[in-house]
Amino acid sequence: MRLTVVLLLIALSVVSLFVGVAEVRVSTLWSDPEALRLLAISRGPRTIAVVITGGALAICGAILQMLVRNRFVEPMTAGTGQGAALGILLVTLFAPDAPILAKMAMASFTALATSAGFLAIVQRLPPTQPLLVPLVGLIYGAIIGACVTFVAFQADLLQYIQIWMNGEFSGILQGRYELLWVAAAVGALSYLAADQFAIVGMGRTVSVSLGLNYTQVVVLGLLSISIVTALTVVTVGMIPFVGLVVPNIVSRLAGDNLRLTLPMTAMSGAILVLASDIVGRLVRYPYEIPVGSVFGILGAVVFLWLLYAPRRHAQ
Amino acid sequence: MIIVTDLSHKIGTAPILQDINMTLEKGGVTALIGPNGAGKSTLLSLIARLVPIQTGRITVDDLTIGACPTDVLARTLAILPQVIDTAPLLSVRELVGFGRYPYHKGRPTAEDHAKVDYALETFQLTPLADRRLETLSGGQRQRAQVAMTFAQDTDYILLDEPLNNLDIAASRSLMAILRDLAATHSRTIVIVLHDINYAAAYADQIVAMKSGQIVATGSPEAIVTDRLLQDVFQTDPKVHCLNGKMMVQV
Repeated sequence: MRLTVVLLLIALSVVSLFVGVAEVRVSTLWSDPEALRLLAISRGPRTIAVVITGGALAICGAILQMLVRNRFVEPMTAGTGQGAALGILLVTLFAPDAPILAKMAMASFTALATSAGFLAIVQRLPPTQPLLVPLVGLIYGAIIGACVTFVAFQADLLQYIQIWMNGEFSGILQGRYELLWVAAAVGALSYLAADQFAIVGMGRTVSVSLGLNYTQVVVLGLLSISIVTALTVVTVGMIPFVGLVVPNIVSRLAGDNLRLTLPMTAMSGAILVLASDIVGRLVRYPYEIPVGSVFGILGAVVFLWLLYAPRRHAQ
Repeated sequence: MIIVTDLSHKIGTAPILQDINMTLEKGGVTALIGPNGAGKSTLLSLIARLVPIQTGRITVDDLTIGACPTDVLARTLAILPQVIDTAPLLSVRELVGFGRYPYHKGRPTAEDHAKVDYALETFQLTPLADRRLETLSGGQRQRAQVAMTFAQDTDYILLDEPLNNLDIAASRSLMAILRDLAATHSRTIVIVLHDINYAAAYADQIVAMKSGQIVATGSPEAIVTDRLLQDVFQTDPKVHCLNGKMMVQV
């Protein structure tokens, strides 16, 4: 199973290198310096960016779902993504000349603040009503998103902010995606705390009983979610659903033992986003459809199939 | 030995516990009983460090609750959670394996695996080891959680109303397991119970609480009496003695 996933990821990455408006052929690759340059500057970076984004967002979704003990939430719709956009907007308004690192830091900070706000709200919700959590998350995220849109409208920055509100990869070039490596590093580091997140997912009593510093783990989780989300929003924009659909698919198939499943989650996220990006490049060739739209359809189909397929087997 | 000294607790301005002094010797099953709102669960949560202590002091052996690092305490004291209604998607073996976390912190050794196997065997879970928790019955799931707590290898195990949502077979089986843990594995069990009959049948010692205070401590024969139940619960059930065990006719 794991081997299949790895091979699929490699295969899709290779396909991604050769799909696009400018033609690159495998046969002429080594004799054609133009083609190599295209791979190095555009296709390569784009493929790497897609893989990192898909993997990191899926990990973030899995962690957030453990932290709030609810399977129907993800950072991009529950306020974290909108918080990151808010941070970018604030930097653009008050310090337009700030370097990209400052922009990133501010986006991470506001993302952290809004995700902490979401967690504070969730903890006041009655545990008997699990569906309230995603609903409140959607409303909360939409309110912050509306604030961002309003401020952007007032400051005549609507077009500017759209770049971050709708994520897609067509603008990825060498020199404009490298921050994502930080997101990849944060995602990989959070794997070290996989057991802690899995225990937190079993509730506060179990966590305390097993000697976990509950608050510390929650803060750690929020921090990595915020950094990864902010970096993704700064570099490619908001991509919803990845963090929601992928962890659900993986936990249906392989369970919640994050030490075992997080690598699967990351690779499945990368595969699904990569597939969506390739489909998005081909459907209206030579134009592109944003990856988020394709993923919404692809992810929903895969998820529905998973929900209903076992039932058919059982009959 | 668990020693509680001058413990008081308030939620807002409402006093929940007032000047509790209690000593629980090592070994045996102690049941906390009392009407709703007597402060049983709060007392247990304070011992379990789930709620920070406001005034007073609790020590477990030579560890002071609040001062002792939580991961050190996790090797001495475990809390059995109530059966989680939304079970995590884990296999029985994975769940029991998490009981070893205080020792291996994410890197299980051969010894940890052996302890998990032993726990699975002790609770007759070996045939179910690779089943997912959500495919088990409530009683089996409860047994898996007890196995996890057992694998944690602590001298003290606290349980807050573990019989909620369990039928009579699962309740009796759980209480028998707890008795056995105390008798053959010399664990100390402290348990909050609503049903006095279970307390009378399975506990070595009963602590009766009322309005945030301890009213009486003693053997089931001494505590489960007409007069005391009337005093604590303000209701007048008949108490019978059957084969040396006290029984409340409800």
